[in-house]
Amino acid sequence: MTQSKVTRADVEDFLFHEAALLDEWKLNEWQELLTDDATYLIPPNDDLDGDYRKSLFIIADDRERIRQRIIRVLDPNCHAEHPKSRTQRIVGNVRLLGEENGVILVAANFICYRYRRYERVGQYVGNYRYKLVRNGESFLIREKRIVIQANELGQLGSVSIML
Amino acid sequence: MPRSYVVDDPEKGVFLLDREVHVSEEVLREEMRKIFAKTWIYVGHGSELKKNGDFVTRRVAGRPVIFVRDQKGEVQCHFNTCRHRGALVCADRQGNAKRFFCVYHGWIYGNDGDLQRVPGDEAYTPAFDKDTLALKRPARFEQYRDFWFMSLDPEIVPLTEYLGRTTEYLDLVIDQSPSAKMEILPGTQEYDVGANWKLMVENSVDDYHLPSTHATWLNFMANSGVKMEPPKEKGLVLPTKGYAIDLGNGHFTTDNVNFRGRPVAAWISLYGEEAKAEIAEIKAELVERLGEERANRVAHTNRNLVIFPNLVINDGSSVTVRTFYPEGVGKMHVTAWALGPVEESESARARRLDAFLTFYGPGGFATPDDVEALELVQQGLANWSDDRWSEMSRGMGREGEQLNSDEHHLRIFWRHWNDMMGAE
Repeated sequence: MTQSKVTRADVEDFLFHEAALLDEWKLNEWQELLTDDATYLIPPNDDLDGDYRKSLFIIADDRERIRQRIIRVLDPNCHAEHPKSRTQRIVGNVRLLGEENGVILVAANFICYRYRRYERVGQYVGNYRYKLVRNGESFLIREKRIVIQANELGQLGSVSIML
Repeated sequence: MPRSYVVDDPEKGVFLLDREVHVSEEVLREEMRKIFAKTWIYVGHGSELKKNGDFVTRRVAGRPVIFVRDQKGEVQCHFNTCRHRGALVCADRQGNAKRFFCVYHGWIYGNDGDLQRVPGDEAYTPAFDKDTLALKRPARFEQYRDFWFMSLDPEIVPLTEYLGRTTEYLDLVIDQSPSAKMEILPGTQEYDVGANWKLMVENSVDDYHLPSTHATWLNFMANSGVKMEPPKEKGLVLPTKGYAIDLGNGHFTTDNVNFRGRPVAAWISLYGEEAKAEIAEIKAELVERLGEERANRVAHTNRNLVIFPNLVINDGSSVTVRTFYPEGVGKMHVTAWALGPVEESESARARRLDAFLTFYGPGGFATPDDVEALELVQQGLANWSDDRWSEMSRGMGREGEQLNSDEHHLRIFWRHWNDMMGAE
């Protein structure tokens, strides 16, 4: 089977769609963008290249844990996200880093602003490292690794939003 | 009579806390002098410094320090402050160094703190004595089983005496390791909470809040096949009975029969079928080494231990070492690590870390809701001057053993805190 070459524009369309779903809290639709073995990772601020089997991450979800995380954050009893934060993210500097065994490696930068009533704005700044696989004309996410550049979470506090 | 911040009337069963303690700048200034300068404060764990020259820099009780293993292998704690004009002499978070170099005028210190070199030292008079200009240290620096603490008070009792009965509970945590060696794992969680630091003390041991604050965690556990229902016995809010234990000197712990699974060594379905055999092996090793009774204590009980004033060791879904320090009356900085046995297998280590994340930390399924609860308290306390007292009498009429879901242990903290604040 021959497949057309992946272009940055294709990947950007996918990432911008993903970003919109996350900002709109359409998390069940977002889950449809994941493979059945997807992982969702946020490494600790002092071990950005670490392995979650050896190092204490902020988040290291397998597919089932992602499902449970979404059940949790959509539940009104998830106090950290009730009322829901408003978020707005900008995704840019999208780069295709290569393709290995059908896995497309993508890097992108992001800024995600988080607003809660009476609270100072939270600015999550960092880069996304994706492993994507083809899904027809579009893609699915096999791994999303979110590198937060802050030296410590500090005033960002918790990561109860989906980044 | 010094001012009291509590109304404590055991006869009537009344305990009230003056909410000013969480909002007053004056109280915070007094705490610096009467609490944080008069107690033993956790600095770090020896396992963070594996080789000679290994160092980490951090703020301990607001003080920038260098926690370092010197060339002789001795663990040291220096103030990270040049004796010349006061600059930090080390800006790196961690690393390995024989010397610390002040970038301002180039003074150089050995990792044992001695002042080794001063550029152009011929310009000084004979009164200038390098031997008196080693990096300053906290007045006292001692360890219990590789948990290192400092004190700014030269007159304070020795650490082991200060820790008192808390060592029984530290020993229980350390007994997880066949070689009696635990280590801090890589990956530090550092986050701020917009609340007074003492609210974290309360929250860390308050089992009353679990069903309401952590409803979604209970739901997650149920979804994962771990059903938790409170027992029928009157007055219990948790699935199993647990106690609040006074350990003296303002320290206290909960001591609970486990209901939530433990990587050491109580299997739950969340860990997966494939983990069963290894957890059984871990348990068997505990029994062989410690005997049945103690092994069951290690494997099937959990505890949240507070070492006054600001160290918490949660030995629950995993082991956390957590410390926090005020940055203003309405804000604290939290630092948390995971602790595990040094000889743990790769699979057991991965399970320990995963179990940690099911509950604890800024991305966990429980801690973010704790943080939210504490921030809601701090926001609500803006009305403190017109709604002055927090009601903390829960369980006060109970004789004998005290429940983890009552407020006995919180009262222990507040009485001790109040006594220290009342001292001159």
